[in-house]
Amino acid sequence: MMLRLVKNKVAPAAALVGMIAGGLTISHAAGSYDFDYEMKYPHWHFEGPFGTYDRAAMQRGYQIYREVCAACHGLEHVSFRHLGDKGGPYYDENYPDPNSNPYVKAFAADWLIQDIDSETGDTIERQGTPADKFPPIYPNDAAAAGSNGGAIPPDLSVMVSARGGGADYLYNLLIAYDEPKPEKMVISPGTYFNPVMDGGAIAMAAPLIDDIVEYADGTPATVDQMAADVTEFLAWTADPKMEARKNTGLMTMIYLTILAVLMWFSYRRVWRNVEH
Amino acid sequence: MSGHASTYEPKYAAGRWLDKRLPIVRMGADFMTYPSPRNLNYWYTFGGILTLCLVAQIITGVILAMHYVPHIDYAFESVQRIRRDVPFGWLLQPMHAVGASMFFFAVYIHMFRGLYYGSYKAPREMIWILGCMIYLVMMATAFLGYTLPWGQMSFWGATVITGFFGAVPVVGESLQQWLLGGFSVNNATLNRFFALHYLLPFVIAAFVGLHVWALHHAGQNNPVGIEPKTKKDTLSFHPYYTVKDGFAVVLFLLIFAFFIFYQPDALGHSDNYIQADPLKTPTHIVPEWYFLPFYAILRAVPDKLMGILLMLGAIAVLFVLPWLDTSRVRSMRFRPVARMFFFIFIFACFILGLCGAKSPDDMAFTVGERVVNGESRLIGLNFVWLSRIGTFLYFSYFLILPILGLIEKPTERPDSITKSVLGDKHPKPAVSG
Amino acid sequence: MQNEQVEEGRRDFIYLATGAVAAAGVASVTWPLVAQMGKAADTRAAGSIEIDLAGIAEGSQLKMLWRGKPVFVRHRTPEEIAEAENADVSRYPDPQTDTERLVPTPSGEVNPKYLVMIGVCTHFGCVPVGEQGDYGGWYCPCHGSHYDTSGRIRKGPAPTNLAIPPYEYISDTVIRVG
Repeated sequence: MMLRLVKNKVAPAAALVGMIAGGLTISHAAGSYDFDYEMKYPHWHFEGPFGTYDRAAMQRGYQIYREVCAACHGLEHVSFRHLGDKGGPYYDENYPDPNSNPYVKAFAADWLIQDIDSETGDTIERQGTPADKFPPIYPNDAAAAGSNGGAIPPDLSVMVSARGGGADYLYNLLIAYDEPKPEKMVISPGTYFNPVMDGGAIAMAAPLIDDIVEYADGTPATVDQMAADVTEFLAWTADPKMEARKNTGLMTMIYLTILAVLMWFSYRRVWRNVEH
Repeated sequence: MSGHASTYEPKYAAGRWLDKRLPIVRMGADFMTYPSPRNLNYWYTFGGILTLCLVAQIITGVILAMHYVPHIDYAFESVQRIRRDVPFGWLLQPMHAVGASMFFFAVYIHMFRGLYYGSYKAPREMIWILGCMIYLVMMATAFLGYTLPWGQMSFWGATVITGFFGAVPVVGESLQQWLLGGFSVNNATLNRFFALHYLLPFVIAAFVGLHVWALHHAGQNNPVGIEPKTKKDTLSFHPYYTVKDGFAVVLFLLIFAFFIFYQPDALGHSDNYIQADPLKTPTHIVPEWYFLPFYAILRAVPDKLMGILLMLGAIAVLFVLPWLDTSRVRSMRFRPVARMFFFIFIFACFILGLCGAKSPDDMAFTVGERVVNGESRLIGLNFVWLSRIGTFLYFSYFLILPILGLIEKPTERPDSITKSVLGDKHPKPAVSG
Repeated sequence: MQNEQVEEGRRDFIYLATGAVAAAGVASVTWPLVAQMGKAADTRAAGSIEIDLAGIAEGSQLKMLWRGKPVFVRHRTPEEIAEAENADVSRYPDPQTDTERLVPTPSGEVNPKYLVMIGVCTHFGCVPVGEQGDYGGWYCPCHGSHYDTSGRIRKGPAPTNLAIPPYEYISDTVIRVG
C-alpha cells in the first residue's frame, strides 16, 4: 500500500502511513450521488430562546395538512383539542378550554371518526369531536403499504423531531422536487428524485403545486409558502409545549442566576476567614 | 458512619432519649461536621452534584412510571401523551431524559478528578471500587431506560447490546433468549427492562451509601494528595463545603436547565422519535453519547467475542487501577510525566467517543484521492483505524502507570495541606509530624 | 476422650448435612426465580409460516416476520446466482457452497432462484440491507458487514453467514418456514 501511495505522489502522507501502518485504507468516495442541491435555511419564527410559533403560518399549515398531506399521512399523537391549546394554532383567550373553542369544534366535525354504535355494536362513522385524536388514514400498515406501492406514508406527528435536519429538512424536502436529477442516476418506478432525501429517491410524488390550495387569508399559495407553512404547523405538532417550555426556561434561568449570585456571596462570607 | 470523634451533644431530654436508643441525629450531625481538607477545589464538588442527579432521576423516574405504559403497542404513545397531555409532563420527561446525560457528564468529571488526584490510591481503594460499581450499575440503568421510549434507537440499541450475550461461547444463544424472554427483543423484554430500570437506581443508592461510608472512613483525598496532619488542615464540612457544593450545584443546574428548556433533544437521537420497527434497522445505530467510547472499542476489533471482551476489559481495568498505579505520590500535580499520560488518556477517550459516533468505514481525514478501475477512492484514515489508535492509547495508560510509578521522579511536594494553601505568602512554622 | 472425639465428628456431620440440605432448598427456590425469564409458552409456540414464492418478482426480496425475526426470501437474478455459485468459497470466513445454503424442492433438486435466510446480521442482530455492500448482496448498516449474493459473510465483523431458517418446500412454489 505504501508503494502505491508513493507512486500516486501523495508522498507527504508517507510519514503518517509509517506511523499508523495498516491504518491507511482505501474506501469508496462515491456510494451515492453527490447532489448539487444547496439547503436553504429560512428564518423560523420559533427559532431561538424567545421564538414562538407564527399563528397565521400554523393556521395556513393546518390547511395544507388537511387538504394535501392528510390524503396519506396521519397525525396519530395529536387530538383536535390540541389545536386550541395554549401555544396551538387556534388558541383563543376567550376559550381557555379548547373543547369549547368553536374553531376546534368545526375542524373536528370536518373529520369522520370510526366508532362503535353503543346500541347495536355496529361499526359506524361519526363526526369528530375536539376530544378525538386525528384519525388514522389507513386501517393498518398493510393497507397503507398496499395503497402506496409498498411504502408506508409515515405519521407526521413528530416528523420534525424525527429527522436530523428538523424543520429545515422538511421544508427543503418539500421544495426540492424540481431540482435536476444527475444524468447517471436511475430512478426506479414508483419513486421520485429528491436530492434532500437520503439516497435521492423518495416514494412520495411532489405533494405541492402552486395554488393547490386557496388560502383563507389571501396569502399567495406558492410551493415555497406552503412548504414553510406546513413545516411551521408540523413543528408545532412535534413540540406543542415549546412556548410554555421556553417561558418557564427564561424564568428558571433568571432564578438560577440570582441564586448563583447569592450562593457566591454566601460562599465568600463563609470562607472569609479561611485562606484557600 | 463518620470516622471522627463525635461532637454532638443533645440539648434536650428528648434528644438524649433518642440518642441512647437510635443515634440517628448524632449520625447526621457527625456527617455535617466531618473534617474535610481545606484545599478541596471545585472538581471536588461533583460528589454533591451527583447526589443531586441521583435524587432527581429517582423522583422524576417514579413520576414518569405513573404515566408510562410498558407495552410495545403503547410505550411510544404513552411517552407522547406524557409530553402533550400529562400536567407538567412536558417538563418532567425532558428532565429525566436530559438528567441521564447530565448524570453521566458529572460522573465522568468525578472519575477524571479521581484519576488526576490519585484518589483511588491506598487507603481509598474501596471508595474507588464502589465508585466503579456505581458506574457499572449506572450504565446498566441508562441502557435499560433508553429502551423504554420504544423508539428505533431504543429497539436497535437493545438488540445490539443483548447481542453481546449471544457471543458467549456455547450457552450464548440460550443466555440471550433468557434475557430477552423470546427469540428477539419483544414485549417481554420491554416489560422486564422496565422492572429492572425501576429497581437498579435503588441499587445505585445502596452503593452510594457504601461509597460515602468508605469515604468518611478513609477520609477525603485532596488536590495535593497529602493526608491532613493537624486540625488546621481541615474544615468542618458544614458550612464550608455545603456552601461551596451548593454554589457548584447551582452552576450545574444552569447547564442542566439550559438543555431541558432550550435543547431538550440535543443529547438524544432523532431516530428515537420513530417508533420501533423490528423490520427496519436505522442506517446508523449509535448509542447514547456516554457509551460512545466503549462502542468504539467494541467496533475496533474485527472479532465479535474479542470486541466484547476488550470493551468489558476497558471497564474492568478501572477496578484494578489502584494496584496498577505503583507511584507513592497521589496527586498528578507532582507527577509531570504521569500528568502528560493522563491528558493523553482523556484525549483518547474523546477520540473514541468521536469514533463511536461515526460510521466505521467513513474517513476521519483524507490525504488524497485516486481513481481505481474508474472509481474515485479516498485515501486516508478511516474511523475503524482511528478507534484502534484510540483503543491502544486508552489501554496504554493502564500499562504505563505501573512502570511510571517506579521510574518517574515526582516534583517537590509541600509538607502539609496548610502549607500548600498558604504557600510562601504567609510563611508559618513547619507543622509537626 | 475418644467418645468426645466421636461426638465432635458427629456434630460436624450434622452441621454439614444441615448446610447442604439448606443450600439445596435455596437452590431449588432460586431456580424458578431464574427460569421465569425464559421464553414463555406462547412465545415458544410461535407457529410456522407459509410463503408463496410465485409472487416474488425476479430481483426483488420478500421480508416476512417469523418469531419476531425477519425472514428474507430473495428471487435472485441469473447474474446473482452465477456469482453465488462460481465463488471460491474455500477462502471465505464461513465456507459454504451456494447449494449447501438451499433446500431441495419436492423434485429433489435445489432451486437456486430462491434464497431463504434469516435477515438478521450474525454480528449483533441488525437487519442487513439488500443489494448493497461490496459484494452485491447484503450490507449491515450497523457495523459494516458485507454479505454476498448467497448471504455469505465476506467482509466485516460478522462471524458467520446469514442463517438459514428451518424450512421445506411443500410444493414447487410454496415453502413453510419453521
